[in-house]
Amino acid sequence: MASTQVNPTRMELTRLKKKLITATKGHKLLKDKRDELMRQFLDLARENMALRQKVEAGILSANKNFVLAKAGMSEETLRTALMAPKQEVYLSASKKNVMSVDIPVFDYQTRTADANDIYSYGFAFTSSDLDGAVKSLADILPDMMELAECEKACQLMASEIEKTRRRVNALEHVIIPETRESIKYITMKLDENERSTQIRLMKVKDMMLEEAHKYSERAY
Amino acid sequence: MYKIAVLGDYDSIYGFGTLGLDTFPVQEAEEAAGRLHTLIENKYGIIYITESLAAKIEKEIVKYQEQLTPAIILIPGVAGNTGKGVENVKKSVEQAVGSDILFGSN
Repeated sequence: MASTQVNPTRMELTRLKKKLITATKGHKLLKDKRDELMRQFLDLARENMALRQKVEAGILSANKNFVLAKAGMSEETLRTALMAPKQEVYLSASKKNVMSVDIPVFDYQTRTADANDIYSYGFAFTSSDLDGAVKSLADILPDMMELAECEKACQLMASEIEKTRRRVNALEHVIIPETRESIKYITMKLDENERSTQIRLMKVKDMMLEEAHKYSERAY
Repeated sequence: MYKIAVLGDYDSIYGFGTLGLDTFPVQEAEEAAGRLHTLIENKYGIIYITESLAAKIEKEIVKYQEQLTPAIILIPGVAGNTGKGVENVKKSVEQAVGSDILFGSN
């Protein structure tokens, strides 16, 4: 037990009492932080799941379209058609602080505003399926961006919650009980010392009286 | 200014090129891991990676999970959905709460 190792002094007692107060305060604050983080995280996780399912379904159907498009023309034509993309996407990332967790905010711009710039090929040698396929993929791009932001935030918050939860538990189940135990030990030890001093003094007084007057206070 | 990359086998990712994302077709795990590191050094903010490829270099991906950027996001490849992406969402719920209380039933 840790409490056997503390010095039973008043100074130590004051120190431990201060520590207990700080720990209790910290525990309360961290617990609040954990609860609020958890609340926000659960909302975010639900959103994340919904977005993911949407994006996965979108990509899946886009992939199907691409397979169909590929079937309608030769591999070379397809590769040539997609070789030099016209459009470009620029991403700017800033961060947002949610309950002391930094989460990213992604903002993207396309190089040209024209939505038709995703077709990087002339329409002469490609099948019309390819246009549809490219369009279906372009349609889910905004959702994919949102998913990236949401999923990253989820991951970051999950690890922060885990850390906070551990801190709360460590305070609640280790630090605070141990400090209480130590305080109790010191108080008892000090009380015991006081009692023993009292008894010693009484004894000494007795002996002095005996010496001086051959008189005992105690009635036999 | 960040860029966006897509990693995976050629058939799964060639379409993203037309949207203006940078596609990097890779097959092997080692090549993918090396590519991932170069991409991150070259300031790619979002890296989409196919589930099947991500499964091969999971260790590398986990390293970047606690950093603000890049966001490494799994997408299903042309071979189909492996459910890895959904599983990761569940895993983060599990990490935070202790057990999966949101999506446990499905």
